[in-house]
Amino acid sequence: MEQKKTFVEDIERTLYDIRNEDHSVYKTERGLTEDIIRDISRQKQDPGWMLDFRLKSLEQYHQIPLPVWGPDISELNMDEIVTYVRPGGKMAENWQEVPEEIKDTFDRLGIPKAEQTSLAGVGAQYDSEVVYHRVQKELSDRGVIYTDFETAVREYEDIVKEYFMKLVPPKDHKFTALHGAVWSGGSFVYVPEGVHVEIPLQSYFRLNAAGAGQFEHTLIICEKNSSLHFIEGCSAPRYNVTNLHAGCVELYVKEGARLRYSTIENWSRNMMNLNTKRALVEKDGLIEWVSGSFGSHISCLYPASILHGENARCEFTGVTFASKGQNLDTGATVVMMAPHTSANINTRTISKSGGAATYRSAVKVTKAARGAKCMVNCESLMLDEESRSDTLPVMDIETDDVEIGHEAKVGRISDEAIFYLTSRGIDEEEAQAMIVRGFVEPIAKSLPLEYAVEMNNLINLELVGSMG
Amino acid sequence: MAEKLLEISNLHAGAADREIIKGVSLTVHKGEVHVILGPNGSGKSTLMNVIMGHPGYKVTEGSIFFDGRDISALKTFERAREGIFLSFQTPEEIPGITVENMLRTAKQAVTGKFQRIFAFRKELKAMMEELKIDPSYSERDLNVGFSGGEKKRNEILQLLMLNPKLALLDETDSGLDVDAVQIVSAGIRKFHNENNACLIITHNTRILEKLQVDRVHVLMQGRIVEEGGPELIDRISRNGFGQLAVP
Repeated sequence: MEQKKTFVEDIERTLYDIRNEDHSVYKTERGLTEDIIRDISRQKQDPGWMLDFRLKSLEQYHQIPLPVWGPDISELNMDEIVTYVRPGGKMAENWQEVPEEIKDTFDRLGIPKAEQTSLAGVGAQYDSEVVYHRVQKELSDRGVIYTDFETAVREYEDIVKEYFMKLVPPKDHKFTALHGAVWSGGSFVYVPEGVHVEIPLQSYFRLNAAGAGQFEHTLIICEKNSSLHFIEGCSAPRYNVTNLHAGCVELYVKEGARLRYSTIENWSRNMMNLNTKRALVEKDGLIEWVSGSFGSHISCLYPASILHGENARCEFTGVTFASKGQNLDTGATVVMMAPHTSANINTRTISKSGGAATYRSAVKVTKAARGAKCMVNCESLMLDEESRSDTLPVMDIETDDVEIGHEAKVGRISDEAIFYLTSRGIDEEEAQAMIVRGFVEPIAKSLPLEYAVEMNNLINLELVGSMG
Repeated sequence: MAEKLLEISNLHAGAADREIIKGVSLTVHKGEVHVILGPNGSGKSTLMNVIMGHPGYKVTEGSIFFDGRDISALKTFERAREGIFLSFQTPEEIPGITVENMLRTAKQAVTGKFQRIFAFRKELKAMMEELKIDPSYSERDLNVGFSGGEKKRNEILQLLMLNPKLALLDETDSGLDVDAVQIVSAGIRKFHNENNACLIITHNTRILEKLQVDRVHVLMQGRIVEEGGPELIDRISRNGFGQLAVP
């Protein structure tokens, strides 16, 4: 059968070659130093407090050890961290350097050339600029602030200072400390009280800033009774020469506000995705997470919802697809700390061709959360014998007055199911794809149409050429 | 004589180094109905699976020709597209794929023609009505939660919708209820014509009552030990397989 390999697993050598070149340039510097941080800060024209913040984070970074749980990230050479952090030299210099497989995937996903070059990190010319400016006018008329993070620090300093890394403090873990020290790029959104933003906002900015897409910071504040849908990233593989992503997302959902935060992530297969996302939800507020993890070499991603006010709610929908060479450790965290809060976690994980997928969640219900409701439903599907799937749901419940449900299923595609479908004339790839689509169907149904389509595309791409 | 549709010659096949089919030869012509009888474990279902190209079985010797072409190297889906259909004794339950979705995809695959949603749906509903299947079942997940009789009905629905050249019907389980027996029997009669053929395994001779059987083969320990006309069915129902010696 013709092999139509789509993805990046074959290009790692190329990627490392490029990285090694960079590496030789900075050979004399080992580890992250104060000078480097000052340098970054100067380039960003940070105010004094931000420089101090970066330096304090750096100190914490040096003190905090690497996490001792989760996937093995020892191949990340922390001594050479400067290689990852130094601005410049990270992106591919020109289109010719972008691996064919990635270009091929762009084509298959039907992404226009202009966006392709931008996604690949080649050049910053991005068509959406035009769209962005039009959107910008409409939004600013209603008091919505929507800008890149460097601009936010300069122009909305007071707001940023009040919220920046308060929800995700640098001391949380080594990579949040690193983020606090070297953050670059990202998005800032402020939605005033009572304002409903009808069109979904996308994180365009991360595509343009140098080093963005690596340590980008996203800060969204939805004031009372406002609403917003924010979309991070897209289904195209993001190609970065360097391979550490330690972004940070902080979401503030005030009383009665609703925020939907969607991500379908498809990092290139050399990437370590160690991202930290957290939402603080006040009374009657709602956070909806839609999280699709398809790319990267290793991922640790557990978006957290802190249900702080009465009746605060969280809806988490996640799909993770781990293929050859991937170890994707994903899930969700929910802290319920007020009466009548509710959380619904619904995930599907798929592993194939030796990929490892872990569902990991932590639900904490405090004494104060009387009448809280939490439902966790996590299902895993393994497509072959060599793949791996683990489910690690943790619940810590301190009150009796609570309704908790948990359902976990782990399954394997049976050869007999494939035989059944192929005996009807359906080829093996399509049979497998139908089964996988069927498996994620209950989740796909809850997605906006274009997202469901994207996810189907990704599933099909993953499965093309996968059967002998 | 009509054209040969299926020609199996000296077929040896098995799984994991264990030979189950030990030299079977069998020819089915267009327009014919053949029956395979045999005690449990004689290799009947394996033979069906091997004809359909189940990847779990390996052909070690002999050949299978279908419609004049050697299909030994073809994969299951390719054999299905050539016109072979297997009705399963215990069809798989597959969540997330509706009956309609599977059948439309399959119909597209075997005919090579795009099936327009509304035209196909109309055809499907008409056929379901004829088989007395609740039309809402087209929206249900494939065999999930279906009773034994409903699964059987669904197999026959697929047979009629896909309209293959050769229907392999695996009805080994003697535990079929009256309902299921009726469905299978009526379905075969509706399907069968001079241009196609049926190869039926059954323990339940009531399935065959209203059918014109052309040829009967008795399979024991992987070999055909006796062949004959429909009269062989009566003989075996009366005397059992004990009288037949394995060569």
